[in-house]
Parts: sequence; structure tokens; C-alpha cells
Amino acid sequence: MSLDFGLMLEKLPEILAGLWVTIWVWVVATALGAALGFLVAAARRYGPPPVDWLLRLLVEILRGTPFLVQLFLLYFGGPFVGLRLEPIPAGLIGLTVYAGAYFSEIFRAGFDAVPRGHVEAAQCVGLSRSQILRRILLPEMTMLVLPQCVNMAILLIKETAILSIITVPEMTMVIGAIGSQQYAFADAMFLLALFYWVLVEICGLLGRIAEARLSKFRFAA
Amino acid sequence: MSLRLFELMLWAAGYTVVISAISIVIGLGIGLLVCAAKLSPNRLLSLPATLFISFFRGVPLLVQLLLIYNLLPAVGISVPSVVAAVVGLSLCTAAYQAENLRGGFNSVPKGLLEAADMVGLTPWQQLKRIRAPIAFRLTLPALVNEAILILKASSLISVVGVIELTRMAQNLAASTYKPLLFYSVAGALYLVICWTVAGGGALAERMARVGRA
Repeated sequence: MSLDFGLMLEKLPEILAGLWVTIWVWVVATALGAALGFLVAAARRYGPPPVDWLLRLLVEILRGTPFLVQLFLLYFGGPFVGLRLEPIPAGLIGLTVYAGAYFSEIFRAGFDAVPRGHVEAAQCVGLSRSQILRRILLPEMTMLVLPQCVNMAILLIKETAILSIITVPEMTMVIGAIGSQQYAFADAMFLLALFYWVLVEICGLLGRIAEARLSKFRFAA
Repeated sequence: MSLRLFELMLWAAGYTVVISAISIVIGLGIGLLVCAAKLSPNRLLSLPATLFISFFRGVPLLVQLLLIYNLLPAVGISVPSVVAAVVGLSLCTAAYQAENLRGGFNSVPKGLLEAADMVGLTPWQQLKRIRAPIAFRLTLPALVNEAILILKASSLISVVGVIELTRMAQNLAASTYKPLLFYSVAGALYLVICWTVAGGGALAERMARVGRA
């Protein structure tokens, strides 16, 4: 390895700053994306048919194009329609919208997977629509979609690396820059890969623990 | 956009399709080997396979590509950037495909294998006639899904300088100063490609279902 670890240690504040950007952008985009996805899934289920068609088209477009192209369209194309964004807000908005499309599909499948009998039984005992949503659909759905949501969150950690291309100062960009300065780009990338690997494994572990903890709420199908 | 520029975009879209297809086929081959190693009772085989799958699924593709692109010259192998890109895409998709295949092989009903044992089929015959065909049918939807993921992920090889669809859009957007137009066209072409693959996949699944066990 030609990477100077002494120099690397000197750059520790920069590296930690990059790690921080990666983590907060990831957490915020995942949380907002999940909320957006839930709203989209609910609007498609309970809204009038044209809303469903329109949202379906948007979701299919977002799922059928590369995230990088969406990001370029927003960041480089945005200024031509009066939407001039700094890298971090552009990355955050792009990642949230992208995540929202995938989360909406997870939630849509979740809504569909709740047994009809449970909803019918709730209707029979006179629960209102909002009660059915709060007491039956949401709790049962949460258990059904949790594994996919954990998967999606892990996928999104990895997508944050793409934000470096529009110069969001997250881990990939910071460590890449340090590697270039020291003419040891390959070593820096190796270190970076290990970083992400650990992060993703930790996230997967937490997800499995959460699933095990919550499994007592799982209904018998 | 002039016809000439649109032709360039179409050509680049074709390049994206070719590179993705090559990577998926190579990835399927490596994925099969990794899957076999992972399913092996020998820990000397299964442990490296587990590490391989975990690493290539746990590291962002962009970082894998930058690593491979810069590592190969560092160890004295100089290859064109497109080769580094195909290596990166293939290794990444191999890890995912190995997991899909493992799922498929594990879902082959035990009763079928017991029945095959009873009628005296050798392990090789069982693999050829029962496990592999059924596992293939079970993994087909995941394979189509993976193909679409790789088509989209191939946009990242623009970063190591391969002139595929995204890079072409980037170049033309910069030289004509019309990013909105070129990124929209690129997006539309990706959509057409992905929807075609999804449609073809649905058709293949229907055909594979004929004569289902």
C-alpha cells in the first residue's frame, strides 16, 4: 500500500465530515422517501383512478431510469427551468424522490398482502375507514414490509456514493480526493470499499434484530 | 435535436445494451460457480463464496468500479476502460445472481429429489433433469429483474470514461448546452430498453411455465 496512513490520520476530520454527510443524507432521504412512498401508495389506493394512473406512470419512470440520469436532469437541467440547487439539496431531493418511488411499490404490495378477511371483519364490527387503516392495515403492513424496507435502506446507503458525482462532499468524494492528492487512488478506494462494507453489514444486522424483536406482532396468516 | 445527434444517442443506447448483456452473461457464469461453492459442504469453498457475495453486495457499484479501474493498472494490468467496466459490472451482478440461484436451488421441492433417488437417478442426472431445470424456472423472474438493474447500473461506467448512453448524453449536453433535452432523451431511451426487457421477461416466464413440474 502506498497510502500514507500518517497523512490519512491527519485528514481524519475531513474523513469524519464526509462520513457524517453520507449518514445524515442517507437517514433523511430514507425517512422522507419512506414517507413520500407511503403517501403515494395511499393516494393510489384511495384516490380517484386518474391519480392512480398518473402516479403509476411517475413511479414507473423513476424505476425505469438510472438514478444518475435523474440526478443529472435535476442538477444540470434544473437551472434551465429556474431550479438552481446546491449539490447537497439537489442530492437530497433526488435521492428522496428516487427512494419514494421504490418505497411506494413496497407499501402498495404491503397493502395488498393484508388478508381481505381482516379488513372485512373490521368492517363487520363497525370500524370506520380511518380506524381500519390505523388499527388493522398499518400494523399488519408494517410487519409485512419491514424486511423490504431494511433492504431498501441498505440499497440507499450505496446510492449515496453516486451523489459524489454531482460533488456532494460525502465519503466517496472526500476519500477519493485524498487518494488523488497522495497518488494512491486505488488504495483509497479499497479503504472506502471496506468502510461501506462495514456500514452495510451493520445496517443489515440492525435490520435483522429489529425483525426478530417485532416478530411477536406478526399475525398468523 | 438534429437527426445526427439523435443517431449518436441511439448508438450509445445500443452500446449500453451490449455491455450490459455481456456483463449479465459473464455474471451468470461466475454466479453459478459462486453459488455452487456457497452450497458446498466444504468450508474452504463456502467461506470465500460467502465473503465474495457479502463484499460485492455491500459495496456501492461506483466504488467497485473506481477500485477495479484504478487497481488493475496499479498491479501492472493495463486494460481499456471498457474492460474494467465489464469486469466490475460482471462481478457485482455475479454476487446478486449467486444469491438468486441459491434461492432457486433451495426451493426445489425435497419430495422430487427423494422420488428421483427412489427411481435410481444418479446425482448428476438429478441435477441435470430435476434440480437445474426447476431452479432455472424459479430464478427466471429474479434474472430478468437483475438484467434491468444492471442496465440502469451501467450508467455508472460513464464515470470511468466509457462512452455509453449516460456519458454520451453528458457530452452532448455539455457541447450543445442543452442538458434538459439530452438527459430527458437518455432517460426515455433507458425506459424503452427497461420496459422491453421487462416485457420480454414476462413472455419468457409464460413460456417457461409450459410443462411445469
